[in-house]
Amino acid sequence: MGEHILTTVDWARAQFALTAMYHWIFVPLTLGLSFLVAFFESIYVKTGNEEWKKLTRFWMTLFGINFAIGVATGIILEFQFGTNWSNYSWMVGDIFGAPLAIEGIFAFFLEATFFAVMFFGWHRVSKGFHLFSTWMVAVGSNLSAVWILVANGWMQFPTGMAFNPDKARFEMQNFWEVALSPVAVHKFTHATSSAFLLASLFVVGISALFLLQERHQKMAKRSMVVAAVFGFIASVFVGFTGDEAAFSVAQRQPMKLAAMEGLYVGQEKAPIVAMGIINSSKKPGDDLPAFYAEKKIPGLLSLLANRDPNSFVPGINDLAFGNAERNIIGAEQRMVTGKIALAELAHYKYAKETGDAAQAAAALALFEQHKGDLGYGYLNNPTEAVPPVPTTFYSFHIMVVLGTLFPLIFLLVLYFAFKGTLEYQRWLNLACFFSIFLGYVAQQAGWVVAEVGRQPWAIQGLLPVGVASTNIAASNVQTTFCMFLALFTALLLAEIRIMIKQIKIGPEA
Amino acid sequence: MTALPKQLYLFYRDGFRSMVVGRTLWQIIAIKLFILFAVLKLFFFPNYLEHNFNTERDRAGHVLENLTRTPSAR
Repeated sequence: MGEHILTTVDWARAQFALTAMYHWIFVPLTLGLSFLVAFFESIYVKTGNEEWKKLTRFWMTLFGINFAIGVATGIILEFQFGTNWSNYSWMVGDIFGAPLAIEGIFAFFLEATFFAVMFFGWHRVSKGFHLFSTWMVAVGSNLSAVWILVANGWMQFPTGMAFNPDKARFEMQNFWEVALSPVAVHKFTHATSSAFLLASLFVVGISALFLLQERHQKMAKRSMVVAAVFGFIASVFVGFTGDEAAFSVAQRQPMKLAAMEGLYVGQEKAPIVAMGIINSSKKPGDDLPAFYAEKKIPGLLSLLANRDPNSFVPGINDLAFGNAERNIIGAEQRMVTGKIALAELAHYKYAKETGDAAQAAAALALFEQHKGDLGYGYLNNPTEAVPPVPTTFYSFHIMVVLGTLFPLIFLLVLYFAFKGTLEYQRWLNLACFFSIFLGYVAQQAGWVVAEVGRQPWAIQGLLPVGVASTNIAASNVQTTFCMFLALFTALLLAEIRIMIKQIKIGPEA
Repeated sequence: MTALPKQLYLFYRDGFRSMVVGRTLWQIIAIKLFILFAVLKLFFFPNYLEHNFNTERDRAGHVLENLTRTPSAR
């Protein structure tokens, strides 16, 4: 019975997930649509054709609506850090505080200047300066996503820092190691390219709706061609960066990769599950089959993880309990080291409080030797190091399947556009319209893989979520969770209403 | 020299005046910011460490206490 009661940590995680997922409805469209608007306006400036200007202003209006509704939703995450995640917040403050503040200031000035020119300056500044401002908004919006993704990357792969036991803080030792960590680079490139893809789906989908309604057909076809080209290029880049990100996960978060593929027992020539139904009763270490049914492609996971189709990929059991034959240290063994690190940290604290310098030095030396597995010291059972497998598996596969579907849609759009029969392809236009929603599903699924797949860690291997959170009553978080749910629903409904109204008006406004 | 600030002022003033959809959006932004900062931040999201501890040393001590106390992962 007690196992089913949601704790403060569960509510805090649910609240953070709700806010982050809501925030991520707006961000990718802003990032991608800003570039599409810049492309449209560039064509207008190059050709001087007023139709392109009308088209640019229409998409710019939708961009503005999305931006306005989404703006400041990210700030709520910051509130939650201070209240629900105070231990975590304190520990990483030295690493993220200044860069995130700089990002906020940068974004403010960008928005106050170039956004204003973009929306107010059509008849007040030269064509060239207006176009420059539009490009600056696109570049600046995307740059302002850098630091939050670097921060997320650091949580998945903490590097370039040292733990200071006197301040209970991670302190930055090497700025460039943090900023240019492979995980951070993959996060940024994958997240932004997927944002370009989503925005392309949005433009293609809304334009397809116009074709279905036999309205604004010329404008719709022009928009679709530009967005389909951009979307197809983005899709290829998403595939490439996704592959690199998965390779990085295999090297640095092998447990996440094993959960993504439901791989319990490590193997050579490890397959990727093309389709599968997870056995939800399966637990690490038992003999139950991992899937009720599955279709596998041999060797592909080994190729993805190690760039060698014959190589060994560790499974959940290997990583939880260890595999001496393969020289894999499991969570079980790391727990022993982690508990030593924790005990020595406690000794160090006590020795400092009692003024015993020799004892403090000895405890610190032992802590330094074992601190790499600090987070494992909080685990009571090695299976606690395993993330929720079904959620991670299904999210990953939904993302990949949809990511494979989208470039085909863009290619079909381009094929029929160049044949001159796009407006007659009712089935394709319907598919394009519904792909907008599938695009959002893929976006959210991607973040579920990244965040659920790294559980139980707030900071990989060093700090589990249960220790990162604040000791406050669950009811506090429940109240604000419900308030956010109401606020977000109201805002989302407002956006959809304004968007629909504007789409109904079309580019004639 | 005085022309530039005036031009900037007129640029923003005329821009805001000529807004159509923007008016509704600004209203939504204003309501949202009010709810976020005047309600949620003020009454529901105090910074736990700043609210309960006076010095950086006390805050560090509290976090270290939490780190060395609980063997609970989730």
